[in-house]
Amino acid sequence: MTSSSEMTYRDALNLALKEEMHRDPSIVVFGEDVALYEGSFKVTRGLLAEFGEERVRDTPISENTIVGVAVGAAMGGLRPVAELMTVNFALLAMDQIINHMAKIRYMFGGQTFLPMVVRMPGGGGSQLGAQHSQSLESYFMHCPGLKVAYPATPADAKGLLKSAIRDNNPVIFLEHELLYNSKGEVPQDPEFLVPFGKANVMRQGKDVTIVGYARMSILALQAAAELEKEGIACEVIDLRTLNPLDMETVIASARTTGRAVVVEECWRTAGLGGDIAHRIHEACFESLLAPVKRVAGLDVPMPYSRKIEQLCIPRVETIVAAVKEVMR
Amino acid sequence: METRLRSVLSDKELLRLYEQMVLSREFEESCAEQYTKGHITGFLHLYSGQEAVAVGATAALHQEDYILSAYREHAQAIVRGAEPRRVMAELFGKATGICKGKGGSMHLFAPALNFMGGYAIVGGQFPIAVGLAFASRYRQEDRVAACFFGDGAVNQGTFHEALNWARLWELPVLFICENNFYGIGTEVHRSSALASIFKRTCGYDIPSEKVDGMDVIAVYKAVKYAAEKVRETSRPYFIEAITYRFRGHSMADPAKYRSAAEHEVWKARDPIPGFAKRLLEEEIAGNEQLEDILAKARAKVEEAVRFAEASPWPEDEEVYNDIFV
Repeated sequence: MTSSSEMTYRDALNLALKEEMHRDPSIVVFGEDVALYEGSFKVTRGLLAEFGEERVRDTPISENTIVGVAVGAAMGGLRPVAELMTVNFALLAMDQIINHMAKIRYMFGGQTFLPMVVRMPGGGGSQLGAQHSQSLESYFMHCPGLKVAYPATPADAKGLLKSAIRDNNPVIFLEHELLYNSKGEVPQDPEFLVPFGKANVMRQGKDVTIVGYARMSILALQAAAELEKEGIACEVIDLRTLNPLDMETVIASARTTGRAVVVEECWRTAGLGGDIAHRIHEACFESLLAPVKRVAGLDVPMPYSRKIEQLCIPRVETIVAAVKEVMR
Repeated sequence: METRLRSVLSDKELLRLYEQMVLSREFEESCAEQYTKGHITGFLHLYSGQEAVAVGATAALHQEDYILSAYREHAQAIVRGAEPRRVMAELFGKATGICKGKGGSMHLFAPALNFMGGYAIVGGQFPIAVGLAFASRYRQEDRVAACFFGDGAVNQGTFHEALNWARLWELPVLFICENNFYGIGTEVHRSSALASIFKRTCGYDIPSEKVDGMDVIAVYKAVKYAAEKVRETSRPYFIEAITYRFRGHSMADPAKYRSAAEHEVWKARDPIPGFAKRLLEEEIAGNEQLEDILAKARAKVEEAVRFAEASPWPEDEEVYNDIFV
């Protein structure tokens, strides 16, 4: 039996980085304030002291070049794990992410590969205003050539990050800022990996399927607990990775329950929930008892004020309301 | 006074430079013809006029050194050792192309030759060159990453980010700016506040020099010196090669923004006949030998076209291959 211990999502990510760096000397970590300052969210705490400056390095504030250097380093035989301070700054790096990182293997006829990870904290709900509260997962998911992981739990944070680092493809690794302090049991086994493309059925239930990712899955679990009191049994599926996307698990569940709600933190318009809902409709039309419902971020730039910010992000209440609607 | 050629390279090496320039020119002019015939489609940016830069620089580098370029990169790939027939097949979109027909003119790639790609977003190659140099130093491989780019690329953010980063991390990057005076139709004076590009590097504490990019020997000597400096110091170096493209930006560009007089001035400085004259004057080669080189280059290019024409198209299934490992 493998032992596990309780730790935070942040510490689980940190443990994954340390374990992998011990295992493979070709792994390097760089980004803004990741070394001396130990990361703005402290995910890279202790790495500089343990692995030295050649492997753990602070960079200039040059996001596009942070990603591009990782691309070049990966092509040159390293396994870089770059950090962008937040997902919002990834917009400055979209040229390297979309035009280079996602394209190089394909446009060069498969003659090279990019074993690299770009980590980025994201998500809203911390009153950081319009430019620091975005959920851009749909942007990355939309682009072929990028794998996209977004863990919900500390165990998955560890297991998915380790899988991302070992993957020979470019991975966008999203971390939710409001989950960093969340706690859970994390296996201590250094070979504990969570595979990409395998959704996690976090809770089983016969009445309705709720599909989420990252913090949305945690909210979905809380909603499911509320709904249980009213006799509604929810099945909660955490996608774990958005590319590859495990529709098989989602579709099998939706066929059984006949009802589904997709929860996404990003803006509703052209958000990933629309695509997932459509796929459920296409595959399960005969078995559905109600149209698939979406709970999404509001189509507005994020306001600062606490009172109105909370309206913009899915909440337990809005998920509960959506489930009740599909149950009608 | 011009350098005596034999004081720089052996006769064999000098003739090799000539051969490569001639092959590059013949290849590009053949591409133009194939484009007109509809065999090459999409964007096509030709290198005619700039040969001395790719040829002189590549000869001065080690085979282990990385080369990256932009989208006017056929000559750089071929001079590095890519087979003309496989480059031509790539331009034709055939399965035998150097990137299986998936890249096209702007995305040549040959990792076995350390030719690390043609990039078609202006300035996209800068950070990648820095990353390759970082990997090289980390793995103690003693490679220089030679990054070619045009004058149009120097106002992209990545130019400044990469220069700063390469110097800050002390990485072996050799920046080679091919200043042909025009970013498509915008002359360098109309896009750069400081048109003398090599002077910009003082902001990043990177040594730089300007070289006559129409003189293959001048380019060779400058790059040789620069690459040695990079190896010795593990710090970047910057070369601005002044050159000229004889054709428009791409095949779609009649280049009406340049005067006929200007064009004539530069045509008179064509690097190929200029170098031929020196080879003859210094009795390194005779007329017959130079004509033979031209005939062989033509034959090679004609063979490349035949190969490309006869090659199969990619299979439909290929469309889904090579996204992920």
